[in-house]
Amino acid sequence: MAVSTPDTIVKGAKTDIPPSVNRRWALGFLVAAIVTYVFYAFVVPNLGGAGKTFVATWIPAVATNEALVWVICAVGLNIVVGYAGLLDLGFVAFWAIGGYTAGWIMSTFIQAVNPGFYLLSAAYPDQPGIHLNWWLVLIIAACLCAFAGVLIGAPTLRLKSDYLALVTLAFGEIIPQVFLNADRFTNGARGIAPLDNVSALPFGPSAIAIGDVKIPISQPLGPFDTSAKFLLFSIVAAFAIFVSLRIREGRLGRAWLAIREDELAASMMGVPLMRTKLAAYAVGAFMGGLGGVVYAVHTNSVFPDRFTFSISILLLAMIVLGGMGNVWGVMIGALGLAWFNSTGLPQFGFWFNGQFGTEINFPSYSFLILGAILVLMMLFRREGLFPETRTRQILREAERSDAEELDGGEV
Amino acid sequence: MTSTAPESTEHARNGELMLDVNDLAVYYGNIAAVKGLSLTVHKGEIVTLIGSNGAGKSTTLRTVSGLLKPKSGTIDFNGQRISGREGHEVVQLGICQSPEGRRIFPRMTVSENLDLGAFLRRDTDGIAADRARVLELFPRLADRINQKAGTMSGGEQQMLAVGRALMGSPQLLLLDEPSMGLAPVLVDLIFDTIETIREQGTTILVVEQNALAALRVADYAYVLESGVLKMQGDAKKMAENDDIVKAYLGG
Repeated sequence: MAVSTPDTIVKGAKTDIPPSVNRRWALGFLVAAIVTYVFYAFVVPNLGGAGKTFVATWIPAVATNEALVWVICAVGLNIVVGYAGLLDLGFVAFWAIGGYTAGWIMSTFIQAVNPGFYLLSAAYPDQPGIHLNWWLVLIIAACLCAFAGVLIGAPTLRLKSDYLALVTLAFGEIIPQVFLNADRFTNGARGIAPLDNVSALPFGPSAIAIGDVKIPISQPLGPFDTSAKFLLFSIVAAFAIFVSLRIREGRLGRAWLAIREDELAASMMGVPLMRTKLAAYAVGAFMGGLGGVVYAVHTNSVFPDRFTFSISILLLAMIVLGGMGNVWGVMIGALGLAWFNSTGLPQFGFWFNGQFGTEINFPSYSFLILGAILVLMMLFRREGLFPETRTRQILREAERSDAEELDGGEV
Repeated sequence: MTSTAPESTEHARNGELMLDVNDLAVYYGNIAAVKGLSLTVHKGEIVTLIGSNGAGKSTTLRTVSGLLKPKSGTIDFNGQRISGREGHEVVQLGICQSPEGRRIFPRMTVSENLDLGAFLRRDTDGIAADRARVLELFPRLADRINQKAGTMSGGEQQMLAVGRALMGSPQLLLLDEPSMGLAPVLVDLIFDTIETIREQGTTILVVEQNALAALRVADYAYVLESGVLKMQGDAKKMAENDDIVKAYLGG
């Protein structure tokens, strides 16, 4: 019974996503990032009054930078929820841990270290405290979060779906409370501010000039250098996206998908359940840590009241809206909802109130509107705006009935 | 036949001892699902564990696979104690299971399902060889290699479940109700393939409700009732014995 089978069938294709799709998206990301940077750095300053007002109203640079923070965290949460299928309602905990790590090791907060400890930092010299280069801080905070993810995951991941969600919810509430109340270590409600300036590189020329265009290199970036920070944040976001795409193609990624599809069957294939789930938590938390540091650098501060439950929920909504499991979809979902929440809705409110003389507080309705969007999504487009290929197919293809099978007596 | 001691029909069992389940008891909470079961599988055999719904067959299989922990008793595989080990360790040792209800990964392609069957292996050439072997056993799977497994028919899903388990290159293949929900013609095909798999050198322990189908291909059979072993012996003789068939096998 010799069957001649093409090589791809025998060897097996690595994935069902053609690499060209990812390449196209990656190219799109790169182009969009460069265009956006050029737009904010060189076009906007040269715009006339009306143009400037329009940008400042509808697409302010601050909101764009913040949206990148959401992208980083949503991509991280997507690993836990979208890849491994573990519902996590407390992702904000990692965002907070990342933020506070940045607060501790790149500010004057630790006064006991005097004179201050500097390592490749762009901070002002001769201050007390620990001042590390912000790339180092990213790595340290992300690793710390990954460790925290394992600590939180180890006791909780034995729980099944709903119970796991509840416990993660509790952790998401507890950790910001700890930061709020551990006054000596976190400065309580007063938070930690300001944070050190950052720079693209700790050495080299201050900036590279390409014609009129000056791209800052070792020049310290303060709170108002939004366009330069946009470049840095884009690099971190690109890293998060790249890592999550790469892992997905590998053994670990396949193990996550298997667990998401059927935990018991995955275990029968030899997938070590505990270890694989913990890895999902750790990698997700790692990216949550990156997001936390980027957010702290973005706002130049860390305050405990920012880390609310609604952040976890908004992140989840971004994933569901964008297409659970599909990194690019999640990215679009995050950009869209972040813009909607920070700019779109409030500005629409101003416009509406001004136009009709009403006094409706639109931002206070944001979760109502979000909820409505999600309900509509569940009714009409369950798989999200940009679903994973595998999800789209299974939801769209009809299952072959057994009757059909028996009909022809065929196998 | 009221005695609780297992009846035995004559059978000489050659081949070295592979799986040795000794006085196994498994509980779900306070409820005993398996009470003091002992059974053996020798190298090269097809052994079947038959009994009605709720007899404890699947529980036994899951305990062997490491998915459930026994309350008491031991399970040895090739002389190594495996009771109490984690599922992935048992797979590593060479026991792969095709689970009850098939449980293929519905949103993955046939190809990806097969890849996952070889999750713990790193020998690329061996994996490719086993893949070719599985596709030869079930040519139907080759036709549907890039189709989402969840969109296939029940029979095809069962083939995939067996094929996926074979991708782990097991010494001992555990099959949990391979005939469940299939048309008679498909049941025959699956069991014919089971014989072929054995001829290729894999030892098989198959759990079945469809006793006659299982006895047709098995060498040795155990009959389980309410978690207790009722009978054991040569499968062919058991199938021919009308009294036994009537009493235990719903024949």
